Amino acid sequence: MKEIVVLSGKGGTGKTSLTAAFVHLSSLEDPPCRLVVGDTDVDASNLELVLSSRQRSRGEFEGGKLAVIDQKVCTACGTCQEVCRFDAIPSSQGEFRVDPLACEGCAACVYQCPEGALTLQQQIAGEWYHADAEGIPLFHAHLFPGQENSGKLVHLVKEKAQAYSRERDYQLLLVDGPPGVGCPVISAVSGADLALIVTEPTASGLHDLTRILETTDHFDVRSMVCINKFDIYPEGTDDIEQLCRSQGRAVVGKIPYDPSVTFAMVQGFPVTKAYPGSPASRAIARTWKIVMEWECVSQERC
Amino acid sequence: MIMAVASGKGGTGKTTLATGLARALVGEFPEVALWDCDVEAPDASLFLHPDWMDEKEAVLLCPEVAPEVCSGCGACAEACQFHALMVFNKQVTVFPELCHGCGSCALVCPEQAIAERPRSLGILQRGGSPAGIRCARGKLDIGQPLAVPVISQLKRWQSGETGNPVIIDAPPGASCPVVESMRGSDAVILVTEPTPFGLHDLKQIYRVTQALGLVAGVVINRDGVGDQGVEDFCRDHGLPVLMRIPYDPDLARGLASGKTLVDIDASFEMQLRELFQRVKDMVLEREGR
Repeated sequence: MKEIVVLSGKGGTGKTSLTAAFVHLSSLEDPPCRLVVGDTDVDASNLELVLSSRQRSRGEFEGGKLAVIDQKVCTACGTCQEVCRFDAIPSSQGEFRVDPLACEGCAACVYQCPEGALTLQQQIAGEWYHADAEGIPLFHAHLFPGQENSGKLVHLVKEKAQAYSRERDYQLLLVDGPPGVGCPVISAVSGADLALIVTEPTASGLHDLTRILETTDHFDVRSMVCINKFDIYPEGTDDIEQLCRSQGRAVVGKIPYDPSVTFAMVQGFPVTKAYPGSPASRAIARTWKIVMEWECVSQERC
Repeated sequence: MIMAVASGKGGTGKTTLATGLARALVGEFPEVALWDCDVEAPDASLFLHPDWMDEKEAVLLCPEVAPEVCSGCGACAEACQFHALMVFNKQVTVFPELCHGCGSCALVCPEQAIAERPRSLGILQRGGSPAGIRCARGKLDIGQPLAVPVISQLKRWQSGETGNPVIIDAPPGASCPVVESMRGSDAVILVTEPTPFGLHDLKQIYRVTQALGLVAGVVINRDGVGDQGVEDFCRDHGLPVLMRIPYDPDLARGLASGKTLVDIDASFEMQLRELFQRVKDMVLEREGR
């Protein structure tokens, strides 16, 4: 089983729209590519919105732990507040309380409280789901707003999807990744065989592209670049292509700005399904073909 | 007055709005500041072009065990909730990339064998833009997972600037880095696009602003694409739509080239100043109650 992760550095470049289209295209292949898909953008899990899916099972995500003060035992000595490095224990009128959004769950307060008034409580920070998207298994998750440990939930989604793929001998795991370069991205990229970077020809897109490429290099994951909305600013596209050339990276797609992508999203479909003949759909299909060929070649080499 | 610009979904135009707002306000408030808290993808400087005058490392205090003092009792490993210390054969191994810098291990060590040493997570920079905007940003090092300490250290480094308008460019999402960026703000401007993705992620971030008890309003970017879902949601939840930025290829091109809204189209200056005033009024109204 091969694992491809779709990343971008900058948010909103089109990771999810492209992933949804790839899922649709893979189902059209003859024989259909045996693919499992995972949405690891757990803060903003949108893939499900454009893949008509039916939930098959769900589970709770145990995130971090939270300190809880037993007010009956607390003598308001203030030790907890002193040792907390996250400013998570404010006090007013002699009463100390834990700010659940600031608490890191480190337990420094639990260990230092002379009265033993603090304990750690496990938090349910989100949910994960296994769904069926017209025959394609979809794993996704929802992190409750404001929670920590999104990297851990990304890991959980990937683990579920990987186990499912391996047990049933699927060929490919396609992972829709989160934006950025930090904790959730590191979880999403680790162990992948290929990162497909979706960028856009803007000043921010180029800057964030360099950061995500450094990240994939750092974790020894091969990367390819796809330029979305390449025609909104051709000078920017030139800059990206030049960067890729100088680093010896393949540009595997140039997708034009096309309102049908948004029209399809509003209808709840991948663009390749709603508007198969549109310019974006045709370009996405070419990109997917290149990525798949590349994967086949690399499989033969392995 | 601290205003955070946030969005659940990435790429909706947070940086566009934040930099445009700073640019529009600098005439009236020469000390206006922009803090780029999107430390994983800090892009505001691409639009404001500041000269960085001052910088310092963002660090995390990580344990260092003195082997000659350590008795191998394992108290540190037991206390660490992040599995950043392991004891095997009475020897402690530290995994710095798992450490959250809480200091609990050093506090529980009965032999006082643990010293804490700063480990670099990224860089903090500050300076002024040619237009006079006071810029500050954090930049997370590649391969480092922890954005939150970089954000909190950036904000602490800049604190004391609060007499003048401060605009915070927050990261996307709805989890801990966003919470850390918005914490302590007077108001949050939620930037979204009028699409199902935009709506889904607006709902997420709106719940975070509610949990933090912050005044919030919405800016709809790329107005005209998509559907009515965002407008309906805002109406049903009493969330004011403060401004609409139309989808316009010329605007998209200007932004792509690294220009601020105001530099592309001067008429944005007045709109953005009005936006600031409306948010300020909302904050004052809340405080008055």
